[in-house]
Amino acid sequence: MLIRCPWCGERDHAEYFYGGDATVKRPAENAGVQAWNDYVYLRDNPKGPHRELWQHQAGCREWLVVTRDTLTHDILGVEPVKGAAR
Amino acid sequence: MSGQTHRLASGGEIDRARPLGFSFDGRAYQGYAGDTLASALIANGVRLVGRSFKYHRPRGIYSIGPEEPNALVRLRQGGRAEPNTRATVAELYDGLAAESQHRWPSLGLDIGWVNDLLGPFIPSGFYYKTFMGPGRGAWMVYEKYIRKAAGLGTAAREPDPDRYEKRALWCDVLVVGGGPAGIAAALATAETGARVVLADERASFGGALRRERMTIGGLAGRDWAGNSIDALAARGNVTLLPRTTVFGYYDGNGLGAVERVQDHVPTPGEYLPRQRLWNIRARRVVLATGAIEQPLVFAGNDKPGVMLASAARGYVNQYAARPGTRAVIATGNDDAYRTAIDLALAGVEVVAVVDHRPAADGALPRAARARGIDVVTGHAVVGTIGMMDVAAVEIARIDPQGALADGAARQLACDLVCASGGWQPAVHLHSHTGAKPVFDDTINAFVPGPSRQAELSVGAARGAFALADCLADGLRAGAEAAKATGHGSGAVPPTPACEDGGVQAPARALWPVPRPPGVRGKAFVDIQDDVTDKDVALAHREGYVSVEHLKRYTTLGMGTDQGKISNLAGHAIMAGLRGQSMQQVGTTTFRPPYTPVAFAAFAGRELGRHYQPIRRTPTHAWHEANGATFIEAGLWVRPQVYMRGGEQMGDAIAREVRAVRGNLGICDVSTLGKIDVQGPDAAKFLDRVYCNTFSTLPAGRARYGLMLREDGIVMDDGTTSRLSEHRFFMTTTTANAGKVMTHLEYYLSVVWPELKVQVASVTEQWAGIAVAGPKSRELLQRAMTGVDLSNEALPFMGVRDGLLAGIPARVFRISFSGELAYEVNVPSDFGVAAWEALMAAGNPLDAVPYGLEAMGVMRIEKGHVVGSELDGRTTPGDLNMDRLVSKKKDFIGRQLMGRPGLVDPKRKRLVGLVPVDGRTRIRAGAQIVADPRAPAPVEMLGHVTSACPSASLNHPIALALVSGGLERKGQTLHAAFPLRNESVAVKVVDPVFVDPEGKRLHG
Ligand SMILES: [Zn+2]
Repeated sequence: MLIRCPWCGERDHAEYFYGGDATVKRPAENAGVQAWNDYVYLRDNPKGPHRELWQHQAGCREWLVVTRDTLTHDILGVEPVKGAAR
Repeated sequence: MSGQTHRLASGGEIDRARPLGFSFDGRAYQGYAGDTLASALIANGVRLVGRSFKYHRPRGIYSIGPEEPNALVRLRQGGRAEPNTRATVAELYDGLAAESQHRWPSLGLDIGWVNDLLGPFIPSGFYYKTFMGPGRGAWMVYEKYIRKAAGLGTAAREPDPDRYEKRALWCDVLVVGGGPAGIAAALATAETGARVVLADERASFGGALRRERMTIGGLAGRDWAGNSIDALAARGNVTLLPRTTVFGYYDGNGLGAVERVQDHVPTPGEYLPRQRLWNIRARRVVLATGAIEQPLVFAGNDKPGVMLASAARGYVNQYAARPGTRAVIATGNDDAYRTAIDLALAGVEVVAVVDHRPAADGALPRAARARGIDVVTGHAVVGTIGMMDVAAVEIARIDPQGALADGAARQLACDLVCASGGWQPAVHLHSHTGAKPVFDDTINAFVPGPSRQAELSVGAARGAFALADCLADGLRAGAEAAKATGHGSGAVPPTPACEDGGVQAPARALWPVPRPPGVRGKAFVDIQDDVTDKDVALAHREGYVSVEHLKRYTTLGMGTDQGKISNLAGHAIMAGLRGQSMQQVGTTTFRPPYTPVAFAAFAGRELGRHYQPIRRTPTHAWHEANGATFIEAGLWVRPQVYMRGGEQMGDAIAREVRAVRGNLGICDVSTLGKIDVQGPDAAKFLDRVYCNTFSTLPAGRARYGLMLREDGIVMDDGTTSRLSEHRFFMTTTTANAGKVMTHLEYYLSVVWPELKVQVASVTEQWAGIAVAGPKSRELLQRAMTGVDLSNEALPFMGVRDGLLAGIPARVFRISFSGELAYEVNVPSDFGVAAWEALMAAGNPLDAVPYGLEAMGVMRIEKGHVVGSELDGRTTPGDLNMDRLVSKKKDFIGRQLMGRPGLVDPKRKRLVGLVPVDGRTRIRAGAQIVADPRAPAPVEMLGHVTSACPSASLNHPIALALVSGGLERKGQTLHAAFPLRNESVAVKVVDPVFVDPEGKRLHG
């Protein structure tokens, strides 16, 4: 896979670290144990486009939101995590 | 030497002036430069080259390419031996030594052939049903015999002495396959100035042009290919990769290729690798991978003497080697008539072309008839006669619908059967991209479907077999690919005039060939895996409806050839049985590699010490020069112990421990992770990251911090100092330095982007030196200037800057050993100078260097936890650190740490252990049980995490995680180590063995 880092350009996925589902939000402090349990343990396993966190670890080390098709591995979009709709 | 009895007097691409000696199964033969092992064996009249995988049937050379199912040999000897090498692609060299496989005790007399007679009793799924069904213990017993009898070649036991390497390559256009279409594509691309790579698995480019009698632009095909390659080689923008198989097509137009750099010589030349793995990234890919001729499925279609029609003429045309003397051609297409003509030209008697089509009136059949070759249409070869070899074929009449016209079969004597079941485009790489091949009824084969990546199949690889189409296709694809990468106008160069025998009439599939009554013998669908038409029928009867299941049940297509000459037939027979179209039945998914790739090529140079990087500390050279032995900790190489002349390791460790506890020691602690945390919100951030509080820490002070994961489990620990209002200096364990850095970056970027904090890893910027022992202050006072080191000015957990021998240094009064101790950090480049200054100042005080082992002993004596205790399962409470956890603030891990399972009083918690007898060693990893003699299953109360002989107490000690923890203080339990049949009675004690009040730290 090639991922186009907004800062460094198109790079092999080996330079990146996969950071999990970008759509999951850390709950508020008082959200309750169930919400926290879901946050830590429950993940969807979608077939198709999926918004994911990747860190350009061997590059600029920025965290990115990468939209990837889990079936085809097509990279459909890459955004800086800051400012990305999540 | 029996002589090259089957070598033609003239013709071919072999060099008769360069004879090469070689051996096969210990017997000496001679071939010529330009031969493959297979062509040389054929030239020597060798027909039997292997035994089959399951039935041990005699087998001969079947093909001329990488699809070879039978002629698999063990090439070379000793550490260079390579099993399962296909003789059809192994270039001959002088001294080549090959051995056949799948036979015991010898090729001619193979005990396993009895399997063939038992054949009816060994249908598909036999092994599973018989040995793996109820009472499957039988499989355990029989497996090794079955595997030995099956024989998949044996790997070398010695290390491979040769080098393998890896390289990366980038190009605008990669052309895979150097036949007419591939060369045409490369020519058209190269003209535009685009960066082009042309790869072909063979030693010389040209593909089919080297095996066929065809002309391009008035030249013999092989000459046109040679001229074109010369022209390409002269260009600066072209990289030619002969002997290179592109074996895999991956995401992002990344392709893997293996170049057999020196496989064609006995030992690689100096500084040359045997093989080279290429990691190719191409903007466009042109797949000119050609097509693979398919066999016909008739009884006895596997005997020596039966081969693919194109292979038979290829051996004659390219190698001047005659695979037989009396040939019958079995076909349902025009292409195989080339074989009849070419064999006749080479002086082979062509008995007949047996064509199952009702009529054959195309250009090639007409040309064959014009040469006086007997063409028998409306007939098929339905069986073969002969035990070890083909002596005759049986032919029968076939009606226009493909069924038997009558039951009668008659015989034609021959020793060579050239079979053609049509051509299947090599869609493998296309398929690797996730694209789905589609069935083309006009050629009865699968052709590439819509592309999933920036690739295009051309020529035979897309089912366009005519030479003119191959050339036109290649030129067009090359020009278009170049244009897509910003090179050239896309104008397609004119196709040169060419001659390939004329327009062909439609082919006709016949899967399987019908069997008249009385015709005996197995009809193989997959010759390599010994899968017959009956096996496919059995799978159908047993309800296997998917080709993927068919494959796994019958092993169809699972050999080293990956179904290159068996999938089409197998799936066609399945389709026939199910009454479905080929498109509905589909084809199995092709996966990399296209042909087998040696593990050595994937490993490359990443072997032994080169397997992973080595990290050395800034003071490594000093340790090396001063007698340290080293130990690997992750990627780090750290001083283990500094043994003096004649000293045993255990004694040296004890001496170092006593030196620190009684006097003074110096230790390299540079490997600790170090992170610079800066910004107005740094304190707020650390309060969230650690379960204890850092915002209250004054500048110039350090604090032990415990970091949790969101699930409430301890992730890491370390000492973090506040250098100023907005700046902290965090340390992590050596092992978790990278992980903690990523963790911090994640929370700052993803979770709390509003925090004004920056983090930077500075692990490698600082050399760290621990100075420990009662005289440590005295040493620093001698060595350092510009800093007040008195207990009042620099109390326990204080941090100050000063100068060490003029080097800017930061001194932390922290202790891992439990003694009065300091850690001094200096910029890495000054590491050795600082160390030497400390040693020089320490000499009058009898300072000794100490290593990781002594440090480990002292931390166990103090009950300090490391990775063995922070094992991803322990909570702060488990480590007796509940009091550290802040109740006043939120932090990572707080929300879930209170879950019932994490606060259960029966959880395993940290305790100390001593042997009841005061002397028996306790092993790390031992299980803690109440009664070692109790019958299984025994309740596991916990386990020993760390253990050592305590140099300070003169008896063994251990740390353990035990259910109930210190509530068991005083109890006698047992540390059982069943692997060594050991059990030690242990007493549960406080985990701090030395100076439990911590008085020494504060002196
Ligand atoms: Zn980047």
